[in-house]
Amino acid sequence: MPDPVVELTDVWRTYDTEPPVHALRGVHLRVCPGEHVAVVGPSGSGKSTLLNVLGCLDRPTEGTYRLDGVDTATLSDRQLATLRGRRIGFVFQAFHLLAHRTVAENVMLGELYTGLPRAGRRQRALDALERVGLAHRVDFVPTRLSGGERQRVAIARALVGEPSLLLADEPTGNLDTRTTDSILALVDKLRDEGLTVIVITHDAHVSEHARRVVQIVDGELR
Amino acid sequence: MKPRDLVSEALAGVLARPARALLTVLGTVLGIAALVATLGISKTAGNQIVGRFEALAATEVVAQPAGADQPGATTVNAVLPWDSEARLRRLNGVRSAGTLSSVDLGGDLVRGAPVEDPTQPAERSISVRSASPGLFAAVKAHASQGRFFDAGNDARADRVAVIGAAVAAKLNIGQLEDQPAIWIGETLYSVIGIIDDTARVPELLGSIVIPDGTARDRYALTAPAAVHVDTVIGAASLIAKQAPLALAPNDPSLVRAATAGEPRKVKGEVASDVNTLFLILGGVSLLVGAIGIANVTLVSVMERVGEIGLRRALGAQRRHIAVQFLAESGLLGLLGGMVGASLGILVVVGVAISRTWTPVLDPWLPFAAPLVGAAVGLASGLYPAGRAASLQPVDALRGGT
Repeated sequence: MPDPVVELTDVWRTYDTEPPVHALRGVHLRVCPGEHVAVVGPSGSGKSTLLNVLGCLDRPTEGTYRLDGVDTATLSDRQLATLRGRRIGFVFQAFHLLAHRTVAENVMLGELYTGLPRAGRRQRALDALERVGLAHRVDFVPTRLSGGERQRVAIARALVGEPSLLLADEPTGNLDTRTTDSILALVDKLRDEGLTVIVITHDAHVSEHARRVVQIVDGELR
Repeated sequence: MKPRDLVSEALAGVLARPARALLTVLGTVLGIAALVATLGISKTAGNQIVGRFEALAATEVVAQPAGADQPGATTVNAVLPWDSEARLRRLNGVRSAGTLSSVDLGGDLVRGAPVEDPTQPAERSISVRSASPGLFAAVKAHASQGRFFDAGNDARADRVAVIGAAVAAKLNIGQLEDQPAIWIGETLYSVIGIIDDTARVPELLGSIVIPDGTARDRYALTAPAAVHVDTVIGAASLIAKQAPLALAPNDPSLVRAATAGEPRKVKGEVASDVNTLFLILGGVSLLVGAIGIANVTLVSVMERVGEIGLRRALGAQRRHIAVQFLAESGLLGLLGGMVGASLGILVVVGVAISRTWTPVLDPWLPFAAPLVGAAVGLASGLYPAGRAASLQPVDALRGGT
């Protein structure tokens, strides 16, 4: 069995409110390279908290999280930022594209903080756009693209820098059914090319594409 | 994150909303323009005054016996020779030279000859000076009528006088065609010229000037009291060094030769008076400009919460976010400074043209002004940048699109 990309061991995330909220209660999760995992659950189930922990945007209160074998608890905030820049590609429901920058520039943003050299950055961005099938939209601004095209730009941005993990948060939440299918097909294709994918969703249609589906209810995985 | 990336990200951030950027920097533009214009105009005006002053001052040398200008020095030491004029004229750079002394009349009074006016006192006490023929050129005197006396008058001790315009008015002397004459004591002098202007010794306008030779003959003048020299431009300080040696070769320290007063001081006084108000105005608009930049940068941080979250997710550290917003506000300040400096220089040039002055700027000013603008921008970006950097990535991602 290969070394896991993601390894959560008895992870708790507790918010210091009154009374304290246990958003994650002893979560165990192993995701191996090339796996396609869907995390499904109703709202308020701890889905977003799990995403934030997986994306190194938040730290577990208890338990360990190893990303590519690196124990994230031992890292400083700066090291954690660099780690997520290099190892994780984010895809958001709201796309999060910069409206005043071209498609290529938005994609290039994906490796701005990774320490990769400037030389070849545009070419790498063009390659990523090629992979998501948007080579013909390179110099458009996002406001002139359809929703599906925008999400493809966001996926291309997540792909530059060669991340270990593609972390998608409701990637089709803002899209119609037909576009959803094409985006899901794109994700399937990337997985087949060897990318590790974790999708967080409440949409059964999205989770159908995953090889493994985990349910999260009240902060516990089922 | 590399510096070039930082600059291009900041530039893109500023240029995303060009109209807003322009309005944001308006206060800084006005402030910097006011500062540059004030400094430039005062420098230009100051130089104008100095220019006029220097053309006159840079060519004037006065040689006197050492100690003669001390208070209480009443006797004129017999230091300066009678041929001072000839000796100095030999120096390269001297255009004209002449001696000037006060004549002790021993109580003699002055009367006008032609008309007796019963309502006026008949006899007056008027200062009488003696001079060598070259003096009139050396002090840039102008005769409204007649002529100045010459070397022949001097050598023969002729009883001739050149009188100032004020004296002429007092003594009711109008036209030289009437061949007026005046009494000094019991001696009659022909008035041969009337001085109506002198650039360097305005006292001459209220004096009667007779030749040195006449003063020696009648009043036993022992030696000239001072030598006035007009030099070519730029030679004044050289002549001031050489004159003592030429006049008193046995002991040059007995003669003190001075150039006219220090003109640089005058400039300083003129500048400081004019400027204070405008510098304060410029400072105030700069402050307002800084508040403007701070305000807009803060608004822009709030608008771009989503972008901040995205950048954090893409691997940006807190300091990357802080530095980017600082760079944007600094860039705004720099742009404002550049535009303001250009406007300020245009104002200086415009004013100079309207007065037919030569515009004068400190060479560092066009470079320092944009830097001041950038500093103002950086300072106003500190708080918004701190706010942006303190955002939690999770909250930021949830907060914006």
